[in-house]
Amino acid sequence: MIFETILVIALCLLVLAIMANLYRIVKGPSSADRVQALDSVGINIIASIAVFSVLFHTHAFFDLILLIGILSFIGTTAFAKFLERGVVIERKR
Amino acid sequence: MSGSGEVIGAVLILIGAIFSLISAIGNVRLPDVYTRSHAASKSSTLGVLCALLGTLLYFLISDGYFSIRLILGIFFVFLTAPVAAHMICRSAYRHHVPMTESTVQDELKDYYMENENMELDSEDLTDEVEQGSKPLPTN
Repeated sequence: MIFETILVIALCLLVLAIMANLYRIVKGPSSADRVQALDSVGINIIASIAVFSVLFHTHAFFDLILLIGILSFIGTTAFAKFLERGVVIERKR
Repeated sequence: MSGSGEVIGAVLILIGAIFSLISAIGNVRLPDVYTRSHAASKSSTLGVLCALLGTLLYFLISDGYFSIRLILGIFFVFLTAPVAAHMICRSAYRHHVPMTESTVQDELKDYYMENENMELDSEDLTDEVEQGSKPLPTN
């Protein structure tokens, strides 16, 4: 009983963290702020999926952790390259 | 036996969630994209590592189930989160995102000015080559 309560409290803290990052996404002055906050949202989603899999006591969500980690990294890298040079894939050099 | 797994998992997951919340507070309150990257990369990575490690230890102790996928996830997040933060900071600097007013010193400024001039020169050269002073190879 205490275990489930602690897990629900951890989920509430993670939701608060995601909402704070959403504030930064909406308000952020530059594009780099928004991309950085989006990366933080992806990492918080990974942590909350881990907490969900403990709460439901199932192994089925572990693939999702790996998948969201890879997708978040690829998206952040593509956005960073796009902001830096204006293209994602360079053909020269 | 399952009680100890629950205790270890709950403590690690709670520590991870608190670190994630602290990182989000820093991400809201810090004044600059370069200072915000500290909050967004370091403590956020520590928080998600604590949460994933708590999940792994909970399933290992209470079920005896060792998940190699979770190990891969921990390794991948630990490997890629600082790299992503570094790439965002570099793109922000080269995109001339302004620093905050209380910045004391900017050591990269001279270095990047020299490099940008060199890159401009080389781009001009390639443009001259592409505009026809050198014949195109026929295929």
